[in-house]
Amino acid sequence: MALHPDQKLDVSKILEKLEEYRPRRKGWTWRVPLPPGSKVGDYSYREISQPLQNSVPLPPAKYFNHIDPQPQEVITAEIASGRFEDDIRRMRMAAWHGADHIMVIRTLGQSHFDGLIEGSPEGVGGIPITRKEIRATRKALDLVEDEVGRPINFHSYVSGIAGPEVAVLFAEEGVNGAHQDPQYNVLYRGINPIRSFVDAAVAKHLMASVNMLQIDGAHNANASSRVAWKVMPELLVQHAINCVYSTKAGLPKELIALSTVPPMTAPAPEFRLNFVYALTVRELFQGFRFRAQMNTRYIESDLLDATRIHVLDTLLSRLTSADIQSTITPDEGRNVPWHVNSIRGVETAKHTLLALDGMKEFVEPNEKALRGAVRDMKIRAILYMQDILDNGGYFEAVHQGFFVDSGFFPERVGDGIARDKDGELGAGTVVPRESDYMAPVCHHFGENHLPDGLEKPCDLIGGCTLDHPEKIQYLDELDETDNVEVRMQPHREKMASGLFRPEVEWQNDGFIQLDMTIPDNPDVAEAAALEIASRMGLEEPTVISKTVLHPAEGTYVEVKARVPFFIRRDELKIPEKPDVLDEASVRQFVGNRPIKVVAGTLGNDEHSVGMREILDIKHGGIEKFGMKYVYLGTSVPVEKMIDAAIETGADAILSSMIITHNEVHLKGMRQLDQLCREKGIRDKVLLICGGTQINNDMATENGMDAGFGRGTHGIDVASFIVKALQQRQRNS
Amino acid sequence: MDEKKVQQRRSELEALSDQQLNEKFWELAERIVDPLINLAHTHTSPSIERSVLLRMGFNSLQAKVLVDKIFERGLLGKGAGHIVWRISKETSLPVVKAGLELIEGRHWDEVDRVFKGVH
Repeated sequence: MALHPDQKLDVSKILEKLEEYRPRRKGWTWRVPLPPGSKVGDYSYREISQPLQNSVPLPPAKYFNHIDPQPQEVITAEIASGRFEDDIRRMRMAAWHGADHIMVIRTLGQSHFDGLIEGSPEGVGGIPITRKEIRATRKALDLVEDEVGRPINFHSYVSGIAGPEVAVLFAEEGVNGAHQDPQYNVLYRGINPIRSFVDAAVAKHLMASVNMLQIDGAHNANASSRVAWKVMPELLVQHAINCVYSTKAGLPKELIALSTVPPMTAPAPEFRLNFVYALTVRELFQGFRFRAQMNTRYIESDLLDATRIHVLDTLLSRLTSADIQSTITPDEGRNVPWHVNSIRGVETAKHTLLALDGMKEFVEPNEKALRGAVRDMKIRAILYMQDILDNGGYFEAVHQGFFVDSGFFPERVGDGIARDKDGELGAGTVVPRESDYMAPVCHHFGENHLPDGLEKPCDLIGGCTLDHPEKIQYLDELDETDNVEVRMQPHREKMASGLFRPEVEWQNDGFIQLDMTIPDNPDVAEAAALEIASRMGLEEPTVISKTVLHPAEGTYVEVKARVPFFIRRDELKIPEKPDVLDEASVRQFVGNRPIKVVAGTLGNDEHSVGMREILDIKHGGIEKFGMKYVYLGTSVPVEKMIDAAIETGADAILSSMIITHNEVHLKGMRQLDQLCREKGIRDKVLLICGGTQINNDMATENGMDAGFGRGTHGIDVASFIVKALQQRQRNS
Repeated sequence: MDEKKVQQRRSELEALSDQQLNEKFWELAERIVDPLINLAHTHTSPSIERSVLLRMGFNSLQAKVLVDKIFERGLLGKGAGHIVWRISKETSLPVVKAGLELIEGRHWDEVDRVFKGVH
């Protein structure tokens, strides 16, 4: 089974014979850097990696011969809509845009599930991580990585009260990276602190056995604290605790990534604070990896603002370092983690990293100005750890609410998260290993009193699942009503009849987004927007964002709503692409019958860029095919255009019209046609217009012979002229 | 931490070089973590024991029942995998088969005989 760029991924095929699927590799894969100075197109880069075979480049790439250089940093897309079968398709989209780390959020409450979840139930805010769901996802990602030509790292969470089991599952199924940090369980999941740490060592050891990359959870303090930036000293302490704990559990430094977020954002003067913190953490944690996450803490419902924050966050990655640049759908504030927003997040990271390629060659930190602030940050973290030890160690400190306090240590406010060492979920479940404790399996952390003379612990049982995947028992479904087959069945029927609806995250979910500016205050605007959506026949309209343009003058509103009908694919009228002559035929014709045109922007229009592209040889314009042109400049009156055509004996008049206010472009077309008729040259000269808002129907209805819109190239216009002249020759 | 202590420690730390500050940072982190990792070395939990049974070829449902039964009997500290392996030896059954019979409620007398005597 292979994917084809013009065909949809068939999820049903992925689900076939899942019980036989084995991951093709285990462990994390970094991008392969190209040497500094490597060229892509005309440009030399310092920090790029091997290119993709199939991809979607950044929007401006069309001006750069469609190049799509890939930064050296692994780029993350967080994707988890609750239905893995739909996430798989979004993963393919993200991979085409340059994501090679797919992070899957778990369903709400999975961290409190004491065991593994099986089957393929639907999740809330994430997917239930089950063997079936991750196996299907990994299998699909194998196909996607073949399609784009780069390995894709699949990632989820080894946290919660079933950490060691999840770690075994991930190790067996070829999951390449995972969050693992016992402090996350303790502080944010209310899981017993002792249980969290004891379990974590076993989980980490298992992760190490398959070279899984670990990401820690320290950045959550930033997201959770009342005053986010003040937790910076604590962040260093949390990173240190998990790093040391992980190395002692068997993970090598290069498999340990710190999850770090610039803690501050504008309107605060973020850079001075964020930069000092970023430098301090990288200086202290040399040899570890860095996963730079975008800040979500301050994101409201404004997508553009989220994007601005993320660009600056990524700037900081470039100015310091990052091994992984994470992205998050820039829509946390309105809870619409949609396909398009995942892709926008990835594009923001790729754009910023490429834009700042090689930045550090020209810009370096002012060591003198920074040193004092970096040292102060380190000293605060050291004081923090001395305080932990003074108070009896980690569990006592957690008990006293040391962590996630919103004071800038050594200041303490007293609003930290306190957890009882002997309380919380899973308390009293940890027991001492007795003197004859034994586990007959490989990669087991801690005391293990195995019989003497074994080469491998699992020799006792004839091998364990990590080496003998055929021993894994695959459970398919446990719930007859909540599973992927039940969810997909109605869509299969629709698809078979060629029916579909728009979607934002799930197949046929039917959601669309509308935006509008209502000339009134936000309350009126919201009510009006909902009324408008209802009158348009849309269902479940919800306002997802409002921007005040002025308290009384206007509010910009974004609405999501459901389209209540399906579209039949084969009934759609898709305009046929014009049949364009090949370049050689055009050249041959022009060689035998010279063609001359006059050109300019018409009326009061000063926009000449598009016109030049159609004319100039260097842009592949009509000149390239041997046509001659007289360029009359910008804002050329209709009369002048026609007089020039008569004077030069032109075969065609090319007018560019960008301005469309009050239909000035349509009037211009009609005047051209009319005046040509009055001067008696209408049958001798072709009238052609072009512009971003022009299309052929509109142009021909208003007296033109042809109209060309956005995306037109010289060959399209040249081909039209040649064909028209050929037709004229045939008629005469 | 009282103000005086903070001031005193601060001035001690400020006297350190950058390198010494980094070393101090890691030395303290290690002192915090050592008792935690020792605890993990010498203890186990239901999830850890289920992870052992998964590696031995049990599915998650089977692993859960087995560990619950072993935990109730106060024998988790022996190792769930140990108990199942030992019963497979005693009964000459393959490991997974032995585990399934334990789930059915068989062989627990044997478990008590073998494991409750040893401590």
